[in-house]
Amino acid sequence: MKFDTVIMGGGLAGLISGIYLSQQGQRCAIVSSGQSALHFSSGSFNLLNRLPDGQPVTRPLAAIEKLIQVSQAHPYAKLGRENFESLSHQAEQFFRNIDIPMYGSVEKNHYRITPMGIMRPTWLTATDFVISYEEDRLPWKKVALFNVSGFLDFFSAFLIEEFACLGTTCEVHTLDLPNLGRIQKNPTELRSIHIARVLDKLSNRNYLIGNLKEQSADCDVILLPACIGLEQADIVPYLSEKVEKPVLLLPTLPPSTVGIRIQRFLYHHFLSLGGTYMLGDSIQSGTMKGGRIQEVYSQNHQDISFSANHFILATGNYFSQGIIASKEHVYEPVFDLDVAYQTDRQQWYNPILFKKQDYQEFGVITNRNFQGIYKGERISNLYVAGAVLEGFNPIHEGSGGGVSILTALHVANLILNT
Amino acid sequence: MVLQQHNISDNNFEQCIKCTICTVYCPVAAVNPAYPGPKQAGPDGERLRLKQASFYDDALKYCLNCKKCEVVCPSNVRIGDIIQAARLKYDTNPPKLRDYVLSHTDFVGTFSTFLAPVVNKTVKLPIVKTLMDQVLAIDHRRIFPTYAEETFKQWYEKQEAEQKNFPRQVSYFHGCYVNYNHPQLGKDLIKVLNTLGVGVQLLRKEKCCGVALIANGFVTRARKFAQVNVASIRESVITREIPVVTTSSTCTFTIRDEYPHLLDIYTDDIRNQIELATRYIYRLLKEDRTGLKLKNRMIKVAYHTPCHMEKLGWAYYSIELFRLIPTIELQILPPRCCGIAGTYGFKKENYRTSQNIGASLFDEIEDDTIDYIITDCETCKWQIEMSTSKQCKHPISVLAAALE
Repeated sequence: MKFDTVIMGGGLAGLISGIYLSQQGQRCAIVSSGQSALHFSSGSFNLLNRLPDGQPVTRPLAAIEKLIQVSQAHPYAKLGRENFESLSHQAEQFFRNIDIPMYGSVEKNHYRITPMGIMRPTWLTATDFVISYEEDRLPWKKVALFNVSGFLDFFSAFLIEEFACLGTTCEVHTLDLPNLGRIQKNPTELRSIHIARVLDKLSNRNYLIGNLKEQSADCDVILLPACIGLEQADIVPYLSEKVEKPVLLLPTLPPSTVGIRIQRFLYHHFLSLGGTYMLGDSIQSGTMKGGRIQEVYSQNHQDISFSANHFILATGNYFSQGIIASKEHVYEPVFDLDVAYQTDRQQWYNPILFKKQDYQEFGVITNRNFQGIYKGERISNLYVAGAVLEGFNPIHEGSGGGVSILTALHVANLILNT
Repeated sequence: MVLQQHNISDNNFEQCIKCTICTVYCPVAAVNPAYPGPKQAGPDGERLRLKQASFYDDALKYCLNCKKCEVVCPSNVRIGDIIQAARLKYDTNPPKLRDYVLSHTDFVGTFSTFLAPVVNKTVKLPIVKTLMDQVLAIDHRRIFPTYAEETFKQWYEKQEAEQKNFPRQVSYFHGCYVNYNHPQLGKDLIKVLNTLGVGVQLLRKEKCCGVALIANGFVTRARKFAQVNVASIRESVITREIPVVTTSSTCTFTIRDEYPHLLDIYTDDIRNQIELATRYIYRLLKEDRTGLKLKNRMIKVAYHTPCHMEKLGWAYYSIELFRLIPTIELQILPPRCCGIAGTYGFKKENYRTSQNIGASLFDEIEDDTIDYIITDCETCKWQIEMSTSKQCKHPISVLAAALE
């Protein structure tokens, strides 16, 4: 099989680089072993919320110089200030161009709400979600908060309490959905997607609109758990129009309906550009000659190889097994690329769960051009992007989405310019 | 040690991190609330079943074994295998007469081809359909595949001598569908391969691959058939060094993966030498692209990826063959389950689920200006032809028809 670029990993980074390269006329294949961490997305992508020392960031462009000084292996440091800025704009444009509407800008972080009701800074948020431009208040005095009866992955009580601290009163209502059947009898198995399948049905639309309208008379806005719009992004604006009041979503515990929607949208977009997407397969090895990868081999295709001019490794973090931690070491399973990690296992993690965890910074070492390194030698046609990279702490810094999106676009730019 | 006995299984259920992605993509869970979904039916349930067999949940019968759960799992858990193995191990309900009729494709096929004109007419009669529905619980809305009057094997015997003249040889595992229902597909394969300079032999002995037997709990019989098939394949690929090709994605998947995973039959030494004909042709054309001379009639077709094809990962080869034909405009439908899953959709209790699963695929097929649908699976073909206005063809037949 012959392609211009073969991308290993079909999550956010893999799909974005695949779409961008295909838009520029390349023939691309994405090989993805299973679905991605987008299925856990909050509905927002973070760019930079904190510096490594914990100092909060409001304006990412103002903070980037400092990050580059203190953390040289950081993907943003490798990009440099100028690329960081231009790629952020490129990313915002990218989502607009492919019709994934997002709020937000690199100029200034806005705030999203966590499932626990806490305000967190972020870069881009799906437009059907609640956001605020100020950290200490919501734009409404009184909100109507709806939950679905029996749904345990959404916490009205926490939200009421946190919203009260922000000066917003909540009125809580419950929707009864009869057709959840057996799953409702076993509430620990009732997930957001089960509810979305019921709420998305055209036949339930009137019931939903009627309930929302009736029970939100003196409220400024209607807030729903993100259990709707699995397939279509326009359901929430449609509801707003029908109830004549803004309707917005709050995130639930995973799986994330908005994350699934974004994944599907990117996937279909990639296919529509003529891309080949192989799900449930994984690249297992490759042949190298003169510091270049010639061909790679997968589990499903065995002796029929994938050959390409360029390869992108975007296999994700521990969750997607892009890097694997054994008892003794941390390694990258496809090419056994050089990986940055601490040799003393005791240093991998902090016993206090909510403290900064160093294992999250482990990842594949690259040079400044994001080329992978094998036993100290650079591989000239293998680019590394996304969560598999070394040197950043997605949770502590709030930088996971940004690193995936920016490095994906950057390596695609590098490939196009060679 | 005693404790460990109840914690360790032959499969890898302990790799599950409870992310629920499998349940998101399960076609059955999406339409049938009585099915708890692959996470609960598979790894979650397995943990309990290992402690005590009575935790087995009868709702596992709703699983249609499409393996989507395995394709989407980020942790490589063999969820579908866990569910199928649990059904084989713990389901104590004796199979019904209906299950016997539906799953013994070999036996029923032999009988039906012998009486083909009668059988084909009889199963279309409303009274017979009602009877099958009431007595056997085979849904009356189903349309049965027709039986051929001459089996593929009988036809082939007359070609055997000529096939030996070709310098290159393959063995063909035709499966029950080609043998009893649609010998034309086998004839088309021979036409295409002959054009490429390859002669076609049959295996010394071929039995039904057993996929329907496994799905309906006839595991002893399935294992017996599997042993015969594996011995014949081994004789071809190892003793005679002749690779084996197939035209059914499900037969292929069953032999390669379900034999070792569900029937404990060793296939490592032959697994990579049994492949779909489209993949074999892909290899041939890579060596020499001048082998196929094609007609000039423009058609627009859409490719449907069968679930087991998605699991194999081989839709690429079928699709690539069409990219070779300049007169074919190809649309690739996003992989979605059609809902039939072999014998599953024929059962009265599954009919609604089966049609609901396929609904979005059917809509997409109807919406388009396509001439016909192409797919590598015979049961997808039955389902699509029954549920839409479009005809469904095998890639090999399309290729054969396009030859000059």
